Parts: sequence; structure tokens; C-alpha cells
Amino acid sequence: MNRNERDELLNYIYTASFALDDTILYLDTHPTDKDALDFYQKCRAIRMQAMKEYETHFGPLTEEGVKATNKWTWIEDPWPWEMGR
Amino acid sequence: MWNYEKRLQYPVNIKSTNAKMAQVIISQFGGPDGELAASMRYLSQRYTMPYREVTGILTDIGTEELAHMEIVSSIIYQLTKDLSLEEIKASGFDKYYVDHTLALWPQAASGTPFTATFFQSKGDPITDLVEDLAAEQKARTTYDNILRLIKDPDVADPIKFLREREIVHFQRFGEALRIVQDHLDARNFYAFNPEFDNRPRG
Repeated sequence: MNRNERDELLNYIYTASFALDDTILYLDTHPTDKDALDFYQKCRAIRMQAMKEYETHFGPLTEEGVKATNKWTWIEDPWPWEMGR
Repeated sequence: MWNYEKRLQYPVNIKSTNAKMAQVIISQFGGPDGELAASMRYLSQRYTMPYREVTGILTDIGTEELAHMEIVSSIIYQLTKDLSLEEIKASGFDKYYVDHTLALWPQAASGTPFTATFFQSKGDPITDLVEDLAAEQKARTTYDNILRLIKDPDVADPIKFLREREIVHFQRFGEALRIVQDHLDARNFYAFNPEFDNRPRG
């Protein structure tokens, strides 16, 4: 996978994650809204799948996403504020 | 981006209220060597830190300090949640109560509000890491001072955990400083500032 595919996948994760963030806030004040609960599960599954794919090809997004067993890849570049490089 | 885990890093289960203790321990929430200042210090310094091991340790210790702030806050909450008006008056907690009732608010034991002047983010890796090393020791001393005042084992136990973490963080920052020095001119560590003079630009 190349740089463009990385950017595309990361943008997809940004979208799915923000949909989840926003739904969580709504659910905090509407904890029995069935449509919102279904939407939460849908976004969560999409995000999890995208994160898994990203971490397989481009490195960890969380410590638990470190795949390598011979090196702590958590500290490798780029850090999120350097993503434009 | 951060995520919240609905648990403490170390459990807090305090059975008896003690407003006097809470007024002392609150310094490790919003005081000069407290956990809020620690977290903001490391999370502010990391952006311009040019070595990835050091960026990593600043991110991860800065994150752990937020969890420590939550432990200290939980201790204060549990020490004050059942106070009667009589206890509030007798313990001198009335001066805090009048402004904040029983809510958490970051201040030093002296009543001084939290301020960003409690920490520095200087943009020079040696300067910042020496500040970080000192900060961990100052927090360790504060916890030692708190432990001399505490009799209740329910309170002392999580405080001892936090004190130990200061020592571990001091060790890691010492290693980070060595990593920084390995990248510099061994005959003159101050020949250039890698956060300014040798930036990868563009």
C-alpha cells in the first residue's frame, strides 16, 4: 500500500471515529434511543475493521495495535502532528 | 486523540472522611508539583521534541499523569463526600466549601489556584528534560511529606503507589536525557539546540 492509500484509509478512520465520538455524546443524554444505539454499533464495527487494516500496513494507532514482536513500533514516525510530512 | 477507560489506574476505597487530609492532598491535584501540571508539562513539550523515543515517553507519561490526576481527585472526593456542616467548619474546609461546595477544583494546599506558571515548556531538550527530572523529584518529596501526615492506610496505599510512579518516571526521563545527549556534540552539548537550529524544514 502506498502513501495515497494510507491517507485514504486514515481519512476513513477520521470519519468513522468522529461519527462514533458524536454518537457517544448523543447517547449520553439519550441512552435508550434505539436508532442511535444501532448507529453506534455500525460505526464501531466499521472503525474497528479500518483500524485493523491500517495497523497491519502502516503501524500502530494505539499501544495495543503494535504488531511487531521484535521491536516497539509505537514510537516510530510519524506522530499525528507530523502527518502532513 | 485520547480515549477514556472507566477505571482508575490504582483503586481508591476510603471509608472515613477527613477534610484536613483532603486540604493537604489537593496540592497534588492543582499545586505547583501536582499531577495536572505534570501532564500539561509533558504533553506541551512533546511536539517539538526531535527524538522519537523521547516524544514517545513524553506522550505516555503525560497520559499516565492524567490517570494520576484522576486518582488524586478520587481520594479528595472520597475524603470529603460525607462531610457534615460541623466537620466543614471545624476542619477549616469552610474556606474551600464557600467557593466550590464539595466539587473538585485544582488548587495548591495554600489555596493558590492552578496556573500554567507551575511548569515550563522551553523548546530545548536538555532544558525540558532536566525540568522533568526535577518535577518528578518534587512530586516524590510532596508525596513523602503527605505520607508523614497520613495515618489512614486506605489513603496511604494509593499515595504510595503514586510516589513509586514518580521514581519510575524519573528513571525513564534520565534515560531520555541520555538518548538526547547521544545525538549531540559530546564535547559541547550546547553547541546547537536540535529543537531550533537543526530542524528538518519544509
